[in-house]
Amino acid sequence: MTAQSKITKTYDIEFKGVTKRFGDVVAVDNVSLSVERGSFFSFLGPSGCGKTSSLRLIAGFDQPTEGDVFIGGHSVVGTPSHKRPVNMVFQQYALFPHMDVRDNIAYGLRQRSPKPSNQEILKRVDETLEMVRLSGYGKRRVWELSGGQQQRVALARALINRPTCLLLDEPLAALDRKLRSEMQMELQTLQRDVGITFILVTHDQEEALSMSDRICIMREGKIVQSGSPRDLYDNPRNRYVADFVGKTNFFNGKICDVNATGATIQIDSGLSLLGAPAKGAAPLIIGGKASIAVRPEMISITAADHTKFHPGVSLPGKVINRIFLGERSEYLIETQGHGEVLVLSPKNITGSTQSFVPGDQVSISWQAESALVLADT
Amino acid sequence: MRIYAIAVYLFLYVPIGIIVLFSFNAGSHASELRGLSVQWYAKALSNPFVGDAFVTSLVIALTVAVLSSVMGTAAALALQRLKGKMRILFDGLIFVSVMIPGIVIGIATLVALVTVFDFLNPILASIWPEGAEPPKLHMGYASVIAAHTLFTMSLVIIMVRARIAGMDRALIEASMDLYATPWRTFYQVTLPQIYPAILAGFLLSFTFSFDDFIISFFVAGPNTTLPIYIFSSIRRGITPEVNAIGTMVLVGSLILLMGAQYLMRERRQQRTTG
Repeated sequence: MTAQSKITKTYDIEFKGVTKRFGDVVAVDNVSLSVERGSFFSFLGPSGCGKTSSLRLIAGFDQPTEGDVFIGGHSVVGTPSHKRPVNMVFQQYALFPHMDVRDNIAYGLRQRSPKPSNQEILKRVDETLEMVRLSGYGKRRVWELSGGQQQRVALARALINRPTCLLLDEPLAALDRKLRSEMQMELQTLQRDVGITFILVTHDQEEALSMSDRICIMREGKIVQSGSPRDLYDNPRNRYVADFVGKTNFFNGKICDVNATGATIQIDSGLSLLGAPAKGAAPLIIGGKASIAVRPEMISITAADHTKFHPGVSLPGKVINRIFLGERSEYLIETQGHGEVLVLSPKNITGSTQSFVPGDQVSISWQAESALVLADT
Repeated sequence: MRIYAIAVYLFLYVPIGIIVLFSFNAGSHASELRGLSVQWYAKALSNPFVGDAFVTSLVIALTVAVLSSVMGTAAALALQRLKGKMRILFDGLIFVSVMIPGIVIGIATLVALVTVFDFLNPILASIWPEGAEPPKLHMGYASVIAAHTLFTMSLVIIMVRARIAGMDRALIEASMDLYATPWRTFYQVTLPQIYPAILAGFLLSFTFSFDDFIISFFVAGPNTTLPIYIFSSIRRGITPEVNAIGTMVLVGSLILLMGAQYLMRERRQQRTTG
């Protein structure tokens, strides 16, 4: 017991071999994880990957079929949701439509026993309204508010209770793009200010990457890889992670040689490409299916007649589309026989880099070290 | 087609209009209109038999409405938790019970109650202490209330179920998540969300019970409800007094039904804006 509480000390949430089945469907499959106190943690994955189910196991809306869930070092299996020190921000906010903003926010405090005095409740509601920048909105009906404001009310309603852990279920999905990026910043700032552990569920990799200290990528109820955003981006363990986190170009093929610094892949179009092995991945086997993954920003683009020598890989191609993104441009290049390649080209300060238009013949190149070899899973 | 539609409406509403019109008849024959007056309303209201029947109907209808709203709501909440085949079965049974003709409910309830009473009465008499008069179960208020509630409870269940289905399940989870016990969640979140449906169900149950003749006629025993009184007085000829009573019942029922309709609608608007 003492040994265990020592281990769990710095973690707010822990899963130990947690499985959740709904009939024949396995929503969460033998998941073990721990979330550090005061951190911003994200579950990332497509719909049906088990991320929301995991969050519901923490909230107590569902109970695990097997395994153990800990909050603040204590097992909460069997504890109903109203007795757990966590609060949730729901996807559609789930604000009580028959109450005004103030009553919505005060709801959690009013259920406590002993109940705080009305003065205390009012004071904390006002403080919380100020924190989410909604001072003066207390008497409004919730349906009179815009989506962004409703989102803030939902946040305030959860945060006023000073939970051990705040759970966020796709909280930004219902907002438009501009508001979403504003709220991302705000959530991050808020999390640092209040110092409460935030657990976010999202299918939006950009959202997870920009806000989290740690991301757990899930697939079919299992954890595929977890780590810091930087780690996941730079060192994806397999193709699924590389594909999910950021944009990546893949060249599919077979492993034909493995050595200490990397592997050679014979890609389907016949070309042999070198790549570095992924950290933490299973050892590569000669003859196994794998792909070479190259991030778009690692590829440089030059005019086809350019005579500059390229160390590494160089492929000729034709620009088929260009998306102007302000500070950078995204090019889609049709290579000769190796499929389409996405290239991200930053705007050059000196303006020396040419910009290309669809139809231009170009040459794309990258360093072998910036390519990763990822076994198919 | 249009003429046909107009004919249907005329056929439906002209007799009702005539009853209303003739209730203001100054003459004493139901068949000829001799000027307008409210004398029959005065006569109906001062008639002690009408008064008694009205009170009987009112007591029964109120009890039925209260019982069916409480039990119907409880049943609707419980049914919401059922899953799979059991749910289909119970949903089916509820819809069937709304469609069963009143005459069948009347006969079935009568036969069932008579059988039960005949079985219980001798037992009660045998176990009752010597000297005291043993109670005798018989048709009366309770049997009418039971038979009406059987039907109206299903109405309430259907209406409350519809409202619960339209309610965001996350609201209940949000309440639980914010430390509310299941009971507090019920009266702080669920009840405020579904009360328009419960109230509408209450009004419909009241109207149904108050206006019902067929079921009451079978199981009322010695009690005379207003519809039974009207029926029996018609046998002595249709008088403007009956028309006046009918008109009053009509107006009262319409007000309650419109109230129920309004409750259901107002809520719908609120939901779309919310």
